[in-house]
Parts: sequence; structure tokens; C-alpha cells
Amino acid sequence: MQVRAENLRKQYVGIAALDDVSLTVQPGELVALLGPSGSGKTTLLRTIAGLEAPDSGTVYFNDRDLSDSRIQDRGVGFVFQHYALFKHMRVMDNIAFGLRARSKNKPKESEIKRRVLELLDLVQLSGLERRFPAQLSGGQRQRVALARALAIEPSVLLLDEPFGALDARVRKDLRRWLREIHERTGHTTLFVTHDQEEALELADRVVVMNKGKIEQSATPDEIYDTPATPFVFSFIGESSVIPVQIGNGRATLDERLLDLEIGALPDGPAQLYLRPEDVTMVTDGGPGIPGLVVSTRRIGGMRRVTIECGLARHRIEFDAPAEVPINNSQRLTIRVIGGRVYGSGSEGYETERLAASATSDFKWAKAEGWLDR
Amino acid sequence: MTATAPDGARSFRWRRRSVLPGFGLSMGYTIAYLSLIVLIPLAGLGIRSASLGWDQFWKIAFDQRVVSALQLSFGAALIAAIINTVFGVLVAWVLVRYRFPGRRWLDAAVDLPFALPTAVAGIALATLYAPNGPFGMILDDWFGIKVGFTSTGVVMALIFVGLPFVVRTVQPVLEEIDRETEEVAATLGARRWRTVTRVIFPALFPAILTGFALSFARGVGEYGSVIFIASNLPYQSEIAPLLIIIKLEEHNYAGATAIATIMLVISFAMLFVINLLQAWSRKWFGHE
Amino acid sequence: MVLIAVSLGFLGLMLIAPLLVVFVEAFSRGLGVYFDALALPDTMAALQLTLLVAVIAVPANLVFGVAAAWLIAKFDFKGKAFLLTLIDLPFAVSPVVSGLIFVLLFGANSALGPVLDSYGIKVLFAVPGIVIATIFITFPFIARELIPLMQQQGSSEEEAAVSLGASGWRTFFQVTLPNVKWGLLYGVLLCNARAMGEFGAVSVVSGHIRGVTNTLPLHIEILYNDNKAAAAFAVASLLAMLALVTLAVKTLLEARFAGEIAAQRRH
Repeated sequence: MQVRAENLRKQYVGIAALDDVSLTVQPGELVALLGPSGSGKTTLLRTIAGLEAPDSGTVYFNDRDLSDSRIQDRGVGFVFQHYALFKHMRVMDNIAFGLRARSKNKPKESEIKRRVLELLDLVQLSGLERRFPAQLSGGQRQRVALARALAIEPSVLLLDEPFGALDARVRKDLRRWLREIHERTGHTTLFVTHDQEEALELADRVVVMNKGKIEQSATPDEIYDTPATPFVFSFIGESSVIPVQIGNGRATLDERLLDLEIGALPDGPAQLYLRPEDVTMVTDGGPGIPGLVVSTRRIGGMRRVTIECGLARHRIEFDAPAEVPINNSQRLTIRVIGGRVYGSGSEGYETERLAASATSDFKWAKAEGWLDR
Repeated sequence: MTATAPDGARSFRWRRRSVLPGFGLSMGYTIAYLSLIVLIPLAGLGIRSASLGWDQFWKIAFDQRVVSALQLSFGAALIAAIINTVFGVLVAWVLVRYRFPGRRWLDAAVDLPFALPTAVAGIALATLYAPNGPFGMILDDWFGIKVGFTSTGVVMALIFVGLPFVVRTVQPVLEEIDRETEEVAATLGARRWRTVTRVIFPALFPAILTGFALSFARGVGEYGSVIFIASNLPYQSEIAPLLIIIKLEEHNYAGATAIATIMLVISFAMLFVINLLQAWSRKWFGHE
Repeated sequence: MVLIAVSLGFLGLMLIAPLLVVFVEAFSRGLGVYFDALALPDTMAALQLTLLVAVIAVPANLVFGVAAAWLIAKFDFKGKAFLLTLIDLPFAVSPVVSGLIFVLLFGANSALGPVLDSYGIKVLFAVPGIVIATIFITFPFIARELIPLMQQQGSSEEEAAVSLGASGWRTFFQVTLPNVKWGLLYGVLLCNARAMGEFGAVSVVSGHIRGVTNTLPLHIEILYNDNKAAAAFAVASLLAMLALVTLAVKTLLEARFAGEIAAQRRH
């Protein structure tokens, strides 16, 4: 089932929850809606489900316009953030609810029972069918909610923050398990999350939302490596931002020329976005930006160093090898070897891949395509 | 799909659309039933009152006996509400903060005036506080206070019927102010009394006000429990609701209507003012 | 410690003493007088009428309470706060005034009274009047109990039910109702206690016709004013027991289903 949303708009008391959002999800695709709270991702999911009506715009399932179809007839499997299990019903009655509610082709009770047991097996909860929701752990409840949604043989599976209320360990297990279920059942699936790691690990495609708009819709690799907007850059992964000046095709920081290629960006102020791996320490006495170390902390096998550069003391974070001793208040020189520049022209966010000096080291592999030029 | 103007094209909506059914049915039924049972009959009172004309209305309103009755009803309700507020906060505090045998029972007993019919309460209080009753005798002999068949008796009855309101509005709020907040205040060096006045009281204030208002409103209108304990003498211990009944028995509908209207208007006005006060206090004490 | 003592003393004097007096006085002349008073035809008639009134008034307000709670808890619309105020209105009206408005509405010199009378329908000084006045007085009880409870529970279970294909009624009876049943029972109990015990409003509309339009509370007044105190207290003890049962069930419900009965309540 292909899901298509066209030009959805919705406002809550003056705030645009959805601002002209269009999105197509291909049959069998697993798509994550990622964004901070208030970005409109849950509204988008609920609008696709039919739980919310858009102010304007249309949702199509396989070219069928759903504007006038009741939620009961849409056949969406919706998994709620806090599961919304029926508290007073046993697990099996929860799962059977959708089958028993059918007015047409209602299966026989024996058939319903067989299906419930099958689904319980699928979600690995066999033997718990007589429990009440209150007698289950959070992860188990989540799986019952999924089984209940799958019971109606939905054309689309929609999950609202499916792992939001679970602790970190259970989250990881369920993530892998959801991926398996998706591969086995092949439902077109959309899920909402605010956890970038979850989105990047689980989804075929990640849709990043902010302030009711889609900022970027792309594969996890593209989202991380070529973020379309400053928002996506800073929302995904670690980032530092420093303001730079563009002039004569060169970028400067405090009138110090940066050895960067900035392509066709217009002259004027711009923002340079850096990941920790876009910066290296200069140890050979070559040119670079001098700075003062303000803090260091150990992250795994690396040391994350924060330094202040330039007159306005812009903070930049980068990783140095753990074996190199670096102390607070130490002076050192860094070199920018990657990152992205976003201009602030009225035409929107121009982006250009950076070039860096040829002396760049192992970090360089990240900015793919640059070497080809 | 052409883009439509986002703002101009949207018409005024008075409700958010919902997937749950039954909005029309429940709205229709609620409004119809509310109108039939409450609004139309109340409007009837307003219309009847308006048809009296100002002259007649004022004449009834400023009749000495009516003024005395209203004074007694509102005055006694005010005193009872104040007493109930003081003791209500105390009882709520004790019920929430202390554990002692029989606490459950005490908690349940607070609701007694809600459940006990007022006529039953009335004859019981009258028996207790009558000059020859157990409490009445003690109070008279020891303190020279006459309760039964006086306006003091009216206050006593109103304390009884209004007692649960303050306790029941303050109690849940008090339960929610976690001890942690108090302990934080204590670790910051606040003395006990300061903690109470600066930390707990502001949090409780809106609830106290609500309880006071409810207790007061209940007291103003109370009839059943009062008539047995008061001697119901005109100008002395005759409450406004009783006067309405007397006027009705005399087939003086105009008089009854006028007194009822005055009571309603004052009650609504006071509730309105208290609602404003409450909104203000919520803001003042940072609840919103 | 002092605070506990003061509270206990206050509640003991103000609440427990009156309750005890009812039973002490009721049995003061012995069991014979007690049961004789209850067996009086007037008492039996009053009991029957009281039960009849409650049997009509409570279900009427139950249906309303459920409809109003569904409306207010499950939908967002303009004027909701105003509607809530209107529902609370009978709390702010004196029982006697409540009775009066129905006298004015259905009385001999009203617009409606003579019309109904010509069809042989008597409302005032008859059972219908008592029922209507009681419905007015107990109007907000069940709605007030359900609204905060249903608001607190939110709508996601209902949304889940409709997304699984359930119809509105199915959603209501299988999902919503089981979730609020204890709060609903509690509201019904309170409503019933008030309906059976209402005095002021009923007193105004009943006309005090012995054996015909006398409810138990009115009957108590008559007996008491006739200087039959023991009989009056005997009848009163019936209503006091009803109150005690109500409170006992309430306490039990709260102890067992604390989460399913809204914490915040106002009557």
C-alpha cells in the first residue's frame, strides 16, 4: 500500500502544526518521522491515520482519496505512544478486539482464537494471553499493542513514539525485533521518534521535521552526510557552528582566510557547521586557527576537546586521539577539513560542500565526492 | 491540488474535529436536558421577578423582616464558612500528614454531611443543642451560651452542612504538595512556620478559597437542618429560605419570588467574585 | 498531637455526636416503639414514595451525567467552561428556591399549570413535582463525578478502539464504560443519597399531603413537630443507615480502586 500525503495543513490556536506537508511512502517502506517535540511529526502521523482531520490537503492510500473515509474503514494499525491497551481486558481480548468489532466477515470465535495465538507467537508473548495489561512489563505491553494493531490486517502500520516510554536496553531489543517483524510482514510502516539514533538505525528512510515542515526526506546515510538544512545538520549528530564571512569566493573567520571551497555561495555572512570529525589538530606547524582549550572529556577511544577560537570565542568541538595529552587552557591550532556552509541569503539555505587542504588525513573519507573533483 | 490560502480560506470553527463519534448526540442531549431541567425553570423565576416591577420589588426587598432574614442567612453562612475554613484546613492537614489509628474512619466520616439528609441532621442537632439537650445544657451552664432556638443555632447547623467542602477541596492539593518541596524549604534554612506560610499556604490558597465559597454558598441556601434548631422567630432567627416558604404558604408569590431572586443574585455575584479572586490568586501565587 | 486531638474533637462534636443522637433517640423508647413507628402506614407510604422518586431521578441524571461527561471529556469546543458552569448551577441554588421555581412554573397562576390541569395532569403537590424538583437538586452529581475522571483518562483507548474498527456505541460500552464504572457507581450512590434525603425543595413542591406526597424526610418533620420525637428518630435512623451504607461503600471503593475514582471532587 502506497501512502501519499499532499499539501497537508493544520493549525492549533495559531501555531502551524503542519505547514504544507507532502510525503509519499512507497509500499513496504519503513519510514521514520524524526523531529523535536512540537515539530508536527505526531500530527502528521495522526492525520495519515485519520485521527486528526487536516485543515486542507489530502491523504491517499494507493490513489484512493481518504478525505471522507471514517477511521474505522481506513484499515490502519495504529500503535499509541502509551499503548492505550484496554486495561480491563485480558491480552487475548485486547488483540481480538478489532476482529470482534467487525460488522462484515466477522470470523468465528475459534478462528479468532487461532489468529490471536498466532499473533502472540509472532510477538513472542505466547503463554501470556490470560494476563491483564497491568501484569505486563512495558516492553510486553508494547508488543501486545503491536499485535492488536496487526490483528486487523492493516494496510498501513503507524507507530507513535513506539519505544518512547521504555528503558534504554529494552529499546534496543525492541528496535531489532520491530525491524524483523517488518521484514517478515512487509507492511508499509511509519513511525514517529525524537531519537535520531533510533531513526537512523531502523528506518529505510528518515523524514526530518521542524516547525510543521519537512526539512529533509532521505536515507539515513544522506541525512547524516549531506544534511539539506542547518536544522538537519544540528539536529543529527554532534555539531559546532561558527559564523564566517564569504567574499571573493573565499570564507574568512575574523579576517583569517579559511582554506575552504565554498562554491557558488553569495558574498556576505554565512554559518559554518562542523562535526567533530571535520576538525583536526595541527601538529606539523602548518597554517590553522589558533584556539584555547576550555574543556576535554573522554568519549570511548577518543578525547572530545572544546576550544574557543576567534575574537568572539566561538566554541568548536573536535576529537583528538586519547593518547595525546591535552589540558585546559592549553593553546593549540586546528584545521577545518570538512563541514558545510549555509549562507543566509534570502533565497534560502544555499549549501556547498567544503574543500580542504590537501594535507587532510583519515577524516577526509567522510566527505565523499570531494576527492573526485 | 492547488495551494489554497492558508488563513483566509479557513472558516471559523467552534470545535476541533474528532474521530470519536457522538458529539452531536451528546451535545444535543446535554443542552436539551440542561435547558429543560435547569435553564428554563430558572428563567421562569427571572421572568416572574421582572414582571413585579421595580417599585414592588424594592418594597419587598427592603421590608424589615426580609432584610433581617437575608442578613441572618448571609451572616450566619459567612461565620460558619469562616469556622469551617479554619477547622477544614486543620482536619485536611491532620488527615494527610499524620498516621493514627482510625484515620480511615475519620476520613470517611468527613463526608457524612453530604450523605446524611438535612432533616435528619436538623432534628439531631436540635436535640443536642436544645436547652435540655446534652450539649445545650453544658454550654448554657458553663459558658452561658444559648445555642438551641437562637441564631447561634443557625450557625451550628450551617457548620455541620458546610464542613466537608473545605476539607475535600484542600485535601487533594495538600496530598500533591510533596514533602520534598517542604523538605527543600527546610534544607534551605526556612523555619517550620516560615515553610508553612511561604511554601504551603500559597499552594493551598486557591483550594481554600474554593472550599470557602462552596461552604458559604451551601450555607446561604440551607433550609432543612436549620429550621429545627432555630426558633424561626421573625427578625431574630428566621432565615431567608424559611421566609420564602412562609410567603408561599400565604400565597404571596410576589414576595417569595422577590426574596428568591435577591438570594440568587447575591449568591451568583459572590460566586463570580470568588471565581475572579481565585483566578487572581492562581496568578499571584504562580499556579499558572 | 495537639492538632490530631483538636481535629478529632471537632469532628467528634460536630459530626459523630449528631449521628449517635439519631440512633440513641430512635431506640430510647425501646425496640417496640421503634418498629411500630416504622410500621405506620404513613411511614410505609413515605418510604415507597421516596424509593419511587429515587428510582426515577437517579437514572434520569445518570443518562445525563454520562452524556455530559462524554461531551466534555472527549471533545474540544468553544464554550466548554461556560457549559460546566451551567451544569454546576443547581449547586448554587438554595433547595427552597429550587422548589419555588417549579411552583412558579407549574402553579395555579402560572402559564403551564392550568393547561396541564385541563388535561388532568397534576404536577405540583403531586408525585411529578417531587420527582422534577429532586432531579433539579441532584442534577450535577453524576456528571461532576464522571467529568474529571474521564478527562483524566484521556481519549487514547477510545481512539485505539475506533482505529480497530469499533463503532461508537461499541467503543462506549466496551472501552469507556468499564474504565469509569467505579466512579460512576460512586456518583450514583451520592446522587441517590441526596435524592432520598432532599428536604427543602421537596417540602416546597409536595404540599405535605400525608400518605400521598410525603417523602421520608418530610415525614420526619411531621412526626417531630407532632412531638413524636422517638418515631421521628426511628424514621431518621433509616435515612442515617442509608447514609452510612453510602459512606461505607464509598470508602471501600476508594480503598480498592483509588486510581479509578477521580481524586479531585467537589460537591
